[in-house]
Amino acid sequence: MKPPPFGYAAPRTLDEALAALAAAPGGKVLAGGQSLIPLLSMRLAAPPALIDINRAAELDTLRTGDGGVRVGALARHARVERSAEAAAVQPLLRRALRHVAHPAIRNRGTVVGSLAHADPAAELPAVLAVLGGTVEAASPEGRRTIPADDFFRGPLECALGPGEIAVSAFFPAAPPRTGSAFAESARRHGDYALTGVAAVVTLGEDLRVTAARTGHLGIAATPLVLDLTAAAGSAGDWPAAAAHVRARIDPDADIHASADYRRHLTGVLTERALRAAAADALRRARD
Amino acid sequence: MEETHEIVLTVNGTHRTARAPARRLLSDLLRHDLGLTGTHVGCEHGVCGCCTVLLDGAPVRSCLMLAVTAAGHEITTVEGLAAPDGTPSPVQRAFRECHGLQCGFCTPGFLCTVTALLRDTPRPTEEQVLDGIAGNLCRCTGYQNIVRSVHRAAELLSEREGGA
Ligand SMILES: Cc1cc2nc3c(=O)[nH]c(=O)nc-3n(C[C@H](O)[C@H](O)[C@H](O)COP(=O)(O)OP(=O)(O)OC[C@H]3O[C@@H](n4cnc5c(N)ncnc54)[C@H](O)[C@@H]3O)c2cc1C
Ligand code: FES
Ligand code: FES
Repeated sequence: MKPPPFGYAAPRTLDEALAALAAAPGGKVLAGGQSLIPLLSMRLAAPPALIDINRAAELDTLRTGDGGVRVGALARHARVERSAEAAAVQPLLRRALRHVAHPAIRNRGTVVGSLAHADPAAELPAVLAVLGGTVEAASPEGRRTIPADDFFRGPLECALGPGEIAVSAFFPAAPPRTGSAFAESARRHGDYALTGVAAVVTLGEDLRVTAARTGHLGIAATPLVLDLTAAAGSAGDWPAAAAHVRARIDPDADIHASADYRRHLTGVLTERALRAAAADALRRARD
Repeated sequence: MEETHEIVLTVNGTHRTARAPARRLLSDLLRHDLGLTGTHVGCEHGVCGCCTVLLDGAPVRSCLMLAVTAAGHEITTVEGLAAPDGTPSPVQRAFRECHGLQCGFCTPGFLCTVTALLRDTPRPTEEQVLDGIAGNLCRCTGYQNIVRSVHRAAELLSEREGGA
């Protein structure tokens, strides 16, 4: 099917975009369109107006510093994936982005759009959540910084208010002796995952485990972050940590997988990701 | 009457203008307004890859882009891959040589995708080829000959580089 009719604005600056959104109650921001346009074509969404931010060049930014990676609202998945600077500061971003859809979709879809879309099966929300990142939002009243914990509210629901535009997302840098890994299982390459996990492991000076966290996708309404430091212990008992996750989660069944299968698969992937993250941490500690 | 917008863009090196409502998909603008029916539409929600075109050189789904968003950009469709005199491009020749197509429905999307893939990765590994075409579906060939076509196209392109 084709999208229903809608009003259209193509602002060239953020201020113009905020004004256009304020003037069109119920209007939606159009970024990469890789989630919104299918929803329009399937007539699952019929907003009165679209505010197309693709011409607002000031949002097309990718900044990397010691503190982390700040991704502007128009930075496409592909650009962030290719950035050597971003991968050096926070390697988990590239590791996760490789699992997001296909290259042609990543050429258009944006990182911030993916966060705003808040699909429970999407990779980037779990990455932002496990890293404790933030989203910067702008409205005619000003700006605010929303921590990942508060940002994801439910399936396809985030904390942005009706007149707000997400300007950027901040992914904190990997601290010293900290490694990460991403693992997921999908029916077909490039599909949304049945379940997936981003793991982050930190070692102490003595190379014993001091922190282990996972961010899960596909098993709850919002990204689920679990602190597995105690379950894994300082020696890094990854099977025990995975058993803890299996006991702790309550995934839903759907046509693709039963709840039991999802739970089992989540355990397997968690163990694998934690092991890989610990190996990565060790490599980084020795560098 | 629904509001329409003047859309000016470059398609296969030619300046083109059309008037269309904001909801016109780029795929429909190409096919219906500009008569370039080489771009095929299968699923219309981003899954099959038939509608893939090059936007400023990068493969994108034309069914997931509004034509108004594409205004001012350069689009290359399957009609723009051959030389001006009609000589098929190396990628097109490779698909013909290796039987990389049967019904041809998926072919325009594959040709555009592979053209960009080999430009960015002239000597792809098997894995890079599989990853590069993973977003394009074909219901006929079973993919084996498509994969062979991609490797053959890489050969033809490198011969051209070396021999020219
Ligand atoms: C075939 C296919 C497979 C896919 N597979 C995956 C996958 O495996 N994993 C995955 O994570 N994603 C997948 N996607 C989705 C893709 O990653 C999208 O790019 C992403 O979810 C949304 O980004 P976008 O820029 O395209 O946003 P849009 O589609 O433009 O917008 C999505 C939503 O976010 C809102 N929004 C966007 N930007 C802002 C902003 N700056 N401020 C406020 N609101 C905003 C929009 O109003 C809309 O509601 C897939 C898409 C397709 C078509
Ligand atoms: S028609 Fe565009 S991806 Fe299928
Ligand atoms: S050749 Fe028929 S779909 Fe690919």
